[in-house]
Amino acid sequence: MEFAELIKTPRADNVVLHRPFEPAVEGTLCLTGHHLIFSSRRQDNAEELWLLHSNIDSIEKRFVGSLGTIVIKCKDLRIIQLDIPGMEECLNIASSIEALSTLDSVTLMYPFFYRPMFEIVEDGWSAFLPEKEFEFLNALTDEWRLTYINKDFSICPSYPPVVTVPKSIDDETLQKVAVFRHGGRFPVLSYYHKKNGMVMMRTSQPLTGTNGKRCKDDEKLINSTLGPGRRGYIIDTRSLSAAQQARAKGGGFEVEVYYPQWRRIHKSVERFNILQESLIKLVEACNDQSHNMDRWLSKLEASNWLTHVKEILTAGCLAAQCIDREDASVLVHGTEGTDSTLQITSLAQIILDPDCRTIRGFESLIVREWLQAGHPFQQRCAQSAYSNSKQKWEAPVFLLFLDCVWQMLHQFPCSFEFNEHFLVTLFEHAYASQFGTFLGNNENERSKLKLPQKTMSLWSWVNQPEELKNFKNPLFEANSLVIWPSVAPQSLQLWEGGLLSKLMTIL
Amino acid sequence: MSLKQVEHVKLLDRFSTSNKSLTGTLYLTATHLLFIDANQRETWILHHHIAAVEKLPLTTSGCPLVIQCKNFRVVHFVVPRERDCHDIYNSLLQLSRTAKYEELYAFSYNPKQNESEQAKGWQLIDLAEEYKRMGVPNDYWQLSDANRDYKICETYPRELYVPRTASKPIIVGSSKFRSKGRFPVLSYYHKDKKAAICRCSQPLSGFSARCLEDEHMLQAISKANPSNRYMYVMDTRPKLNAMANRAAGKGYENEDNYSNIRFQFVGIENIHVMRSSLQKLLEVSGTKGLSVNDFLSGLENSGWLRHIKAVLDAAVFLVKAIAVESASVLVHCSDGWDRTSQVCSLGALLLDSYYRTIKGFMVLIEKDWISFGHKFSDRCCQLDGDPKEISPVFTQFLESVWNLTEQFPQAFEYNEAFLLQIHEHVHSCQFGNFLGNCQKEREELKLKEKTYSLWPFLLDEQKKYQNPLYNPSFSPNLTLLEPNTVSFNFKFWRNMYHQFDRSMHPRQSVYDLIMDMSEQNKQLEEDIKQLEAKIKRKSGQSDVVLLKEHQQSAHPAPVMLKTPPCFKKDQPLIPLNDAVRTIEGSNTADNRYSEFMEELSKAEPAIVSLEYGVARMTC
Repeated sequence: MEFAELIKTPRADNVVLHRPFEPAVEGTLCLTGHHLIFSSRRQDNAEELWLLHSNIDSIEKRFVGSLGTIVIKCKDLRIIQLDIPGMEECLNIASSIEALSTLDSVTLMYPFFYRPMFEIVEDGWSAFLPEKEFEFLNALTDEWRLTYINKDFSICPSYPPVVTVPKSIDDETLQKVAVFRHGGRFPVLSYYHKKNGMVMMRTSQPLTGTNGKRCKDDEKLINSTLGPGRRGYIIDTRSLSAAQQARAKGGGFEVEVYYPQWRRIHKSVERFNILQESLIKLVEACNDQSHNMDRWLSKLEASNWLTHVKEILTAGCLAAQCIDREDASVLVHGTEGTDSTLQITSLAQIILDPDCRTIRGFESLIVREWLQAGHPFQQRCAQSAYSNSKQKWEAPVFLLFLDCVWQMLHQFPCSFEFNEHFLVTLFEHAYASQFGTFLGNNENERSKLKLPQKTMSLWSWVNQPEELKNFKNPLFEANSLVIWPSVAPQSLQLWEGGLLSKLMTIL
Repeated sequence: MSLKQVEHVKLLDRFSTSNKSLTGTLYLTATHLLFIDANQRETWILHHHIAAVEKLPLTTSGCPLVIQCKNFRVVHFVVPRERDCHDIYNSLLQLSRTAKYEELYAFSYNPKQNESEQAKGWQLIDLAEEYKRMGVPNDYWQLSDANRDYKICETYPRELYVPRTASKPIIVGSSKFRSKGRFPVLSYYHKDKKAAICRCSQPLSGFSARCLEDEHMLQAISKANPSNRYMYVMDTRPKLNAMANRAAGKGYENEDNYSNIRFQFVGIENIHVMRSSLQKLLEVSGTKGLSVNDFLSGLENSGWLRHIKAVLDAAVFLVKAIAVESASVLVHCSDGWDRTSQVCSLGALLLDSYYRTIKGFMVLIEKDWISFGHKFSDRCCQLDGDPKEISPVFTQFLESVWNLTEQFPQAFEYNEAFLLQIHEHVHSCQFGNFLGNCQKEREELKLKEKTYSLWPFLLDEQKKYQNPLYNPSFSPNLTLLEPNTVSFNFKFWRNMYHQFDRSMHPRQSVYDLIMDMSEQNKQLEEDIKQLEAKIKRKSGQSDVVLLKEHQQSAHPAPVMLKTPPCFKKDQPLIPLNDAVRTIEGSNTADNRYSEFMEELSKAEPAIVSLEYGVARMTC
């Protein structure tokens, strides 16, 4: 077994563990293929820490005499410190952790080795099938159909095998539309608003390029979703200038003449490295121990984190407002349609649809709008705020979404069936988990990895009654109304439970 | 004065850029400005609450009138005719600027109490009783009659506690060496540690002056603490300010002249800095379409949270000296009625859990703020006076307490609404407690005969002010609260500065819900008891089966309390109309929850629609 080769010192005694807010503990440290295990081994009050290697974002080591110290910074933003006597042991352990936390093959990850200790009541892998969701929709309207055109992922590699499209559009047309859209992500149904029959669709940018190419099938598809005399809004998550610049690279935006019933709104939401930098700066600010108020506020400001929260939440409100207030349908896209687009479509649903505020409904939302919709979790969550390595595709897109949900939960504490702990749990599992749910970047990769057969679903575990009760909000009372959060800066708060509570260095 | 009435007045939404407004009628009464909108919703504004009235340039829809209140309400009216606007403006200017105490609302306010109720109300807080509770007089501390006729210090109360060894000549001598005669006296006595918090004003030391009596006075305080030889002297000012004072013949204690003192500056800024800091804060928070970064940089530039942190840091320093080192501490600033009151009262609040109860908090305010002569009248501008005397010192104290309640949600019997209500009445001049600048002045005004005390009214409605999470066993008696004063624990107090901007508030209140649920539990337990009693009466004769049933049903209450309160969906446990927290005091017509239901389904999110408007233009 190759893990054993990486572990030179599997065990060290008299190690001292330091964690924020808690007294230091002495005990034994063990390394296994997937875990770093620390046990106080005390008879009276045995304390154990199990840390997944995949949760480790960065490690630092330093020595004072022969006492070595390893500082481990985790992707879930925790920081722990281990004092290890003996220089060699410490070096060995540090290099093992470094190697084990940066395994490059997905199939070596813990979910492929994890065997559940609980009985599976309902398999989470099959709990949220598109067919089942479609049944509910079909009971309300017959204007939509399921298409299996992508069943072998050949039309759009980042889409699931089954998606919902307008009934009047045949597969042949879809095929042509897919060619016109970035990454083949043709417009699909995201949400149907029962109250007025308006819909929210999502897609990626049209490939108009500099010479303003058009695609009649694309126009036909998009226009077909509006009845005669009705209006729709295209929410482009880029600024107008960014969208215009995208044309140079073959991308672009819908030109109004060809989509006469639609009006385009540019609501810029930041992407990738800007968000990643924001998280890094925010965590840095939170870890600042200087006790200087001005410095804290200016660092918090410089991180821009709350600005992003406000932007995303506002964009979500805008989409919801178009649907519920303006009685208009909405089409959302940015460039790829896998990040900011999903933030907006999922937040809008939470605002509009009370079902999404239940535990089950929220899980279904995550599955539909994030996992099946092809948010590249593996790329985005490969590293977190402490990583020294150069950023590639990392971005806290999902964390920002969870933060926005928390802001709503904070403003409507009785309208959500789940509590803050549920959101924190999702955040942690998105970055490191024993479950296979967040592995891979899309359904295509997941099916190639055979995740449903080889790993356990997070939902199988979460949905057990005895676990579920930890995630329930005791104040929940079903609220069938649309909830409009305030996005004023005075109403937004730093998400303490998700961000701050894990921070504060011990050093 | 005659009742004035103006029709078709518009009340603009303060933060809406689309000029969302309500139309209604504006009434001007002797005490209040009242606006009733088309939905019969009432907005009451007490004239005394008005801090500033401003007439803006005429617009097409009428003449805008902006009123800023001391409780941070800002209302923006548009009056159709300029003449009416001008009339209201002038009337408000007159009505909001009172020249004499006797014209304040408290002297006309009549809550329909008879004289004995009125007197009883004033007796509710008894400071002699409070000192007894602390454990004085005792072997070391005694009541001094030196100031019985306000001869030594006009701004101190008549009854002062000093070390037994401090003789009258020492007191008199010391008082002559202290600014405004405010010599060192006891503010709080810690029974367990036998350490004291004492307060005074700055010494008149100049560059070299000294006073033997004052040195003796400090030594007497030091010796009154058997557990520690040295004492701390905390100058709550920034060092630079204290040094500048020396040129004016004032200053701070020279460590060489006083034996066994440890001198410390803690750097809280003066009233002028605080006033302009609040001004900046309000400018930022009042901005329409504020971005997060503008808000945060505005918050930083205002320095407001830095000042709050400085106040709390000072209190933490004080408390550590007492709790960890058992050392007595003498606190002063310049005159010893602003920063000194903040630090002494917060220190006592951290040390003694009594002050974290509703009654105890009233006592604390009576003691460290009212009796020791915090100049409420000047600081809150009760009478038309020097604007340079206005300063939000007491507001900062309340905000510091609020920060503590956020950090220790179980430690306080009272909630945020209590703090807000006190803040409301410090400015309302509706009750006598906060009128005037010192006790002597209050006696001369005969406030106890002519006005009413606020505290019994707050106690009457204390249900509104109870913290449902309060757990008395969380911090029994003299349990020290050790707040973490790291910067991110200090938050912008939205519910204070945007108390009346409801669109910014969380739309559902957890506290209200918990309060209702515990209320309901009590009711259910009551029902159970009654039913049990009924069963007992009916089955008293012989029925064994019933008795069995009765035994089974004897303990459902604790079970119900133990299990997490999950709702049954079929039964509306929360009566919709009861989940109201009225902060505006007298106005009971205000029903927030039903409004919230309405808002949810009807109103648009103001800020969103704003951005929406912007977004549309780029189409």
